[in-house]
Amino acid sequence: MTKVEDIWVYLAASPLFGLVLTLVFFQIAQAIYRRFNHHPLLNPVALSVLGIIGVLALFDINYETYFEGAQFIHFLLGPATVALAIPLYQYRQTLKNLWLPIVMAVSFGLVAAGLTAFWIAQSLGASIETMLSLVPKSVTAPVAMGIAEKNGGVATLTAAFVVITGILGAMMANWVFNLMRLKDDRVKGIAIGVSAHGLGTAKAFQLSDQMGAFSGLAMALSAFIAALILPWMMGAL
Amino acid sequence: MSEQNASRLAGFSFLGLITLLLAYQLIGEIIVRAFNLPIPGPVIGMFLLFISLLFHSGWAKRWIEPSQHFLRYLSLFFVPAGVGVMLHLSRVGEQWLAIALALVVSTIVSLVVTAGVMLLIMRLNTRIGGVKKHD
Repeated sequence: MTKVEDIWVYLAASPLFGLVLTLVFFQIAQAIYRRFNHHPLLNPVALSVLGIIGVLALFDINYETYFEGAQFIHFLLGPATVALAIPLYQYRQTLKNLWLPIVMAVSFGLVAAGLTAFWIAQSLGASIETMLSLVPKSVTAPVAMGIAEKNGGVATLTAAFVVITGILGAMMANWVFNLMRLKDDRVKGIAIGVSAHGLGTAKAFQLSDQMGAFSGLAMALSAFIAALILPWMMGAL
Repeated sequence: MSEQNASRLAGFSFLGLITLLLAYQLIGEIIVRAFNLPIPGPVIGMFLLFISLLFHSGWAKRWIEPSQHFLRYLSLFFVPAGVGVMLHLSRVGEQWLAIALALVVSTIVSLVVTAGVMLLIMRLNTRIGGVKKHD
């Protein structure tokens, strides 16, 4: 029989390990999230990220090895971004009627998020790479990473900020809306989509279908507007 | 992708959808490189697909359901990138307060500003609309 260590050597180097680890942890995390009635603190992405980092640290596997397998899942962010054209098309009538408030809200929200993050990090003495990597953090991951990479940020650092922002947005949105005494699900959806991209959109769909649809619309629109205005803004900072 | 191709793929809805999406992403990536754009390829792909759907309403009907199934897993696709935070633990460790405050405060500001601007302009819109009606 093969020694356990030999099997372990194979497993740790195989792309299958990272792939299966990601799929299994995500499903466990989703089950926990459902079990506790979608408690905001038990966000499935946050749980699976923490669990996977724990396993990798425990068995001393580096991120590059993990990513050899996980890249097959990561790759799907590209086609998923393209797929956002379809909900955008479904709500083209609303987009036509409310295009001005939506476009203005998305643009101001994006700039406000980027500038606040940049200024707070700056005043607390963060490095310039950290500051620039923070600017596109409210935009969906592939777009934010592309923008960071081409404008003085660090793509993987931005990716981490994007995920943390998405989780924070999903956790805090309802609380903020209650403080604002906001009732309109269309407005709530747009605000979540701008502030917390896909992770916020997943949360918005749990609250109401209309909120989810508007969040998806705002996420798609903000990806496009971000790609147009953030590189210019980051050049000016 | 030609219309002929699209209709031939219609029977295999998921295979067809993923082919459509990857084809548009590929076109997007080529355009980004050809014109040296600061916009990522998938966003160009999304924009081109949106334009294409406006001209082929039949396409949209065919892809709505498969695309909803695909987008249901959107949060899963973020996990590998999220695990990437481990690469930056030392940086995050040194600057954790700056980063934590920047992320929390800016997310609240973003929610408030977005909702506020949208409400404000919707109100201005109806007010202008109302004035026109009275005329």
